[in-house]
Amino acid sequence: MTVQNQQAVARYRNDFLREVEERVEDGEWVKMCMQCGVCAGSCPLGNAWQHTPQKLFMMIRAGKREEVLTSDAMWMCTSCYNCIVRCPRKLPITHIMHGLANYAHRLNIAPKGQPTREVAKLFWNNLAKTGRVNELKFSLAMYFKDGFVQGIKNAMAMQSVGLGLVKAKRLNPMELFGGHKCKDTGSFNKMIAKAREIEDRKKGFTS
Amino acid sequence: MAKKQYAYYPGCSSQKGASASNFSTSLDVMCDKLGVQLNEIPDWNCCGASIGYAEGGELPRLAIGARNLALAEQNLPGQDMVSGCPACWLASRETADRLNAHGNLMSETNEALKEVGLNFKGSVKPRHMVEVMVEDIGFEAMKQAVVKPLQGLKIAGYVGCQTNRPFGIAGESFENPQYLDKMIEAVGAEAVAKFDQKVTCCGGALAFSEPEKAQKQIRSIIESAYDHGAEMIVTPCQLCQANVEVYQSEINKKQGTKFAMPVVYYSELMSVAYGGNAKQSGLDGHIIQPKKLQDIAK
Repeated sequence: MTVQNQQAVARYRNDFLREVEERVEDGEWVKMCMQCGVCAGSCPLGNAWQHTPQKLFMMIRAGKREEVLTSDAMWMCTSCYNCIVRCPRKLPITHIMHGLANYAHRLNIAPKGQPTREVAKLFWNNLAKTGRVNELKFSLAMYFKDGFVQGIKNAMAMQSVGLGLVKAKRLNPMELFGGHKCKDTGSFNKMIAKAREIEDRKKGFTS
Repeated sequence: MAKKQYAYYPGCSSQKGASASNFSTSLDVMCDKLGVQLNEIPDWNCCGASIGYAEGGELPRLAIGARNLALAEQNLPGQDMVSGCPACWLASRETADRLNAHGNLMSETNEALKEVGLNFKGSVKPRHMVEVMVEDIGFEAMKQAVVKPLQGLKIAGYVGCQTNRPFGIAGESFENPQYLDKMIEAVGAEAVAKFDQKVTCCGGALAFSEPEKAQKQIRSIIESAYDHGAEMIVTPCQLCQANVEVYQSEINKKQGTKFAMPVVYYSELMSVAYGGNAKQSGLDGHIIQPKKLQDIAK
């Protein structure tokens, strides 16, 4: 168990709903769910979810902290926003799913090697470095996330797609050496660090 | 007539050599003919996209969103911010809405913005290019600019998710929005009314992490287009375009299908209908060639 997770358990004891309300993005909405299940039926990846949003909301209220935060479920969100527009109580369900995933990730108790968790981390680190996404470096980082040999295999499997994009001038091999970026990347990095520092302080991640 | 001025936020995928660079190309003729001038926001940054939440958290995401808004506010005062990419629009609009609604988030975000020497006052209105087309230009003007009607082309209007939800275009339904079909008809083509996957998710960023699940979504979108007689799919979304076009070869390889359905942007249709040639209209940026459109553009 990570130190941050231990601190959270000690602080909130059995009141997982309060923990979610205070620390998860838009978590204060969870108690508004009336268990109608429209979100579950509206999700394009619904049958891939270990627990649907409807179930997760009830599990939060029932204090099933570990089951919720270690769940694979919220990592299945494609951000299609179907659940948000259909929810009769107007819960920002997509954001709550993102918030739960982010919280579990920050406590480092989200499932290890979960593919969307891995890709999301690579994506953010890619953009945070220079201010803009470098699609070539992002693709290569994804292919090589499980080591060099697997990376070569992945790259070979996607070779025709990659070459097709290069031919259509939608993937530039030169992006490997520099590429598009913001002018003052140093200040950009500091801005993100500052925002994270404020959020950590607010959510009790720092002592 | 003076052109309408907008602070333009292209987004990463629309840069030169990136996955939607042909979308950028196709805007030139379309905007010129419709009297729209896009002024690029200097030194803009990535919006964080739909998958930035996991590592990014809330405040860092608001900070990167607010940096763009503040740059627009300072450099292009009084102009609405316009993005062609639904993810960029959604992130920007969500940032503006949240910061304007919550004073504490506004002051915390501005504290982070000090690091880049900026301050966001909250005055910029982030809009989608399709909103500009529908609300500021109108279907009638879109129609009047046509010099080469796309007669006889049967097109499935694929709206996708984020152009349509959670904000969407004012006055339209989330389940069966009509604006894209009307845009298709404005340039003289036929919108396939029975295309029933109009607002189905293509899998989004999960096309990378959960390829099988995403390709199932993509397959149903393409099949519906074929089933109802469409010759091509048109979309306002960069990620929808890429996912639905690029993975057809993968689906063919794995599942024995023979998909070769062109997927283009509405702006490519407009550009061709307004007299742009194939290159000006971004038609050279496809893996599956939109031949019928290329023939008209010649």
